[in-house]
Amino acid sequence: MAANGTNGVAAPSTLGAAYPITDHTFDVVVVGAGGAGLRATVGCSQAGLRTACISKVFPTRSHTVAAQGGISAALGNMGPDDWRWHMYDTVKGSDWLGDQDAIEYLCRNAPAAVYELEHWGVPFSRTDEGKIYQRPFGGMTTDYGKGTAQRTCAAADRTGHAILHTLYGQALRNQTEFFIEYFAIDLIMDEDGRCRGVVAIKMDDGTIHRFRSHMVILATGGYGRAYFSATSAHTCTGDGNAMVLRAGLPLQDMEFVQFHPTGIYGAGCLITEGARGEGGYLTNSEGERFMERYAPSAKDLASRDVVSRAMTMEIRGGRGVGKNKDHIYLHLDHLDPKILHERLPGISESAKIFAGVDVTREPIPVLPTVHYNMGGIPTNYHGEVLTKVGGDPDTVVPGLMAIGEAACVSVHGANRLGSNSLIDLVVFGRAAGMRAAEIVTPGEKHAELPANSADLALSRLDHFRNAKGGTSTAELRDRMQKTMQSNCAVYRTGEVLAEGQKLITEVWKGTADVRVTDRSLIWNSDLLETLEFDNLITQAVVTMEGALNRTESRGAQAREDYPDRDDKNWMKHTLAWIDETKHAVVLDYRPVHTYTMTNDIQYIEPKARVY
Amino acid sequence: MVQLTLPKNSRPVEGKVWPKPQGAKALTEFRIYRYDPDGESNPRIDTYWVDREDCGPMILDGIIWIKNKIDPTLTFRRSCREGICGSCAMNIDGTNTLACTKAMDDVKGTIRIYPLPHMPVVKDLVPDLTGFYAQHASIEPWLHTSSPSPEKEWKQSPEDRVKLDGLYECILCACCSTSCPSYWWNGDRYLGPAALLQAYRWLIDSRDEATGERLDNLEDPFRLYRCHTIMNCAKACPKGLNPAKAIAEIKKMMVARQF
Repeated sequence: MAANGTNGVAAPSTLGAAYPITDHTFDVVVVGAGGAGLRATVGCSQAGLRTACISKVFPTRSHTVAAQGGISAALGNMGPDDWRWHMYDTVKGSDWLGDQDAIEYLCRNAPAAVYELEHWGVPFSRTDEGKIYQRPFGGMTTDYGKGTAQRTCAAADRTGHAILHTLYGQALRNQTEFFIEYFAIDLIMDEDGRCRGVVAIKMDDGTIHRFRSHMVILATGGYGRAYFSATSAHTCTGDGNAMVLRAGLPLQDMEFVQFHPTGIYGAGCLITEGARGEGGYLTNSEGERFMERYAPSAKDLASRDVVSRAMTMEIRGGRGVGKNKDHIYLHLDHLDPKILHERLPGISESAKIFAGVDVTREPIPVLPTVHYNMGGIPTNYHGEVLTKVGGDPDTVVPGLMAIGEAACVSVHGANRLGSNSLIDLVVFGRAAGMRAAEIVTPGEKHAELPANSADLALSRLDHFRNAKGGTSTAELRDRMQKTMQSNCAVYRTGEVLAEGQKLITEVWKGTADVRVTDRSLIWNSDLLETLEFDNLITQAVVTMEGALNRTESRGAQAREDYPDRDDKNWMKHTLAWIDETKHAVVLDYRPVHTYTMTNDIQYIEPKARVY
Repeated sequence: MVQLTLPKNSRPVEGKVWPKPQGAKALTEFRIYRYDPDGESNPRIDTYWVDREDCGPMILDGIIWIKNKIDPTLTFRRSCREGICGSCAMNIDGTNTLACTKAMDDVKGTIRIYPLPHMPVVKDLVPDLTGFYAQHASIEPWLHTSSPSPEKEWKQSPEDRVKLDGLYECILCACCSTSCPSYWWNGDRYLGPAALLQAYRWLIDSRDEATGERLDNLEDPFRLYRCHTIMNCAKACPKGLNPAKAIAEIKKMMVARQF
């Protein structure tokens, strides 16, 4: 079963008796038990590495569970398909900010990754021939943009749930040592810049656990909760990203925040793009299918950034629906109720619960809603974390990997295609496991940890646990979320971003005045939410700074004052470091990889992105 | 053995009545079970008022509003807020359900919230689900095959795939098992509706090749046969699943293999 490991040896605390430390030693420690974390954990375990998986929630509560529409792979079950076409679509979707060696790795390994999931038991929907059912999705085409592809493998509209529960089963089968409801506080870095482990707090008794390992794999997901309205779960606070920033390492391309076109108006809950894949369409207050004007060819199945901008333009033009003309309708009422029941049962239920809508009769009120972070921890396609040292933009940080939404490989560039995130999780989760197996020998001896290894984590924990300021965590979080929502949204201008930079820095500085009320150590969710807020605010700051700095429009970054893509000056990744004492951000760049992994496909040259 | 007296300090006492929010026009009263594991005090029932005009429509919105605006120490699990992660299962208005998909307007009068029944309470509305998870793991929730894997997918007809509907959607929230009197009584030996629903999900999967072993694993007076078709599980399930039916199907498979 998912037993919490109990191999710890007590060690004296560095800060006195208040926080006794339990020590653990593993070959590999995976932080996060979503799709990427579980896939990496299974891979490491199968390679004979002694692996711990730490998660702040029980694995099946991770946000992968909420993915609906599907997982992309060129299986060709519904018609001709080719991983090269998938690669072309992904490059174009990324607005040429994706690294093409990594995109090739993703797309050519995708079919095997999906078959593996199927062999593990994922209950995919089926074709009449008994093959995995695949549906159309935004930006997915055949023959380099000529036709519409059916590439997104689906288990009704609960694909993430089906995959996550299956991966959890595989982790059980491989006797994974889980540490469930352990909240990771900070990385342990040594003087040579090597990651040596991680420090976590066990939520149900407040004890501190120090995990020493040869490799730490961060699979901590995105930080959607930096915004006021997000499809993301409350737990999507990008804890790994923030740990990386505090370790003095950069995050990459954080200005690229994806707004999903169809979050339920008000509640923000996700309605899958698969709804449009199955034939749904958007209308404005005049009943017009306006996407035909913005994307004549792909229409409602254009890329998410394109659809979200079109919806925003319609609302701005006074053609929004509802009392305040501030949202858009998604129609499914023309579809056969049998198809809705078979392929879209989950969102039919969500629309009923959160919008009071019977999808067989009425349209769903929707609005572009924060959904996914293309940016994150820079890595190569093996999952190894990169930083820039002395002009080398591909310097590997030893002992540290990142995968899933936390990572920026970058396969999604400036805009991710729908159903490319689930495949990202399992392809790079698998890759990280394979790389870890190459680098780490099972049972290899560990060097002594630095004497101060837990100091950063414990001082931070102690600081917030005793915080007696004048502003509650909820107030600070609310200010951050509203600033991001109003000043760093679908459309951006220099003026609004400059104001946003000022406001978000004030919130960052305001963290010094935070007040934590709950003083206990057992399940202190007030304290944990404060640590999560502290994680979110630095990511919000680098997001805002990156958006202000990037004077072009590309993918999810739509600058009204710089409406065009500027390949000459901006075909490069943003790197952002923080200076916590000065409340400042340092920016630099990495070149985009303008080469592929093999000669099986040539570099896809940039061109105008039209759907 | 069954304990016939309540354990020490288990009787909830009247707790704090928190002040009403100022200037609020529409108020809803919440009475919430609180348990502070530090110290020796009894659990208590605290009273809060939620300003409905400043708050979303769901019970989860209400308790998050309380945590943000009134009492940051109120403790509960939550994550997806859309009924798919299963974190925020609790007993609301006398029924186990998810706080995120239960509307405040669906409860008449005062909203009374307790942790899931008959589980050890860690703090406030957070139960210890370790045993529940162990029971789920014990049914080996993964595909067992002995035939060599095909190069591509295992084929499964749409008719066979439909058999998994109503089973695979389980979110492991524990609403069903903790609503089952038989599970309350024999929770250490009876697997409970959630684990058995999952057992049937793998038994009925046309790709699985371990039906015999799976049934052997359940052939036990307690693990399976403590279901007395009380049906609380089906009534409680926030996803509309029917664990009792799945259990009945397993019992039928047990009988069928005798012949």
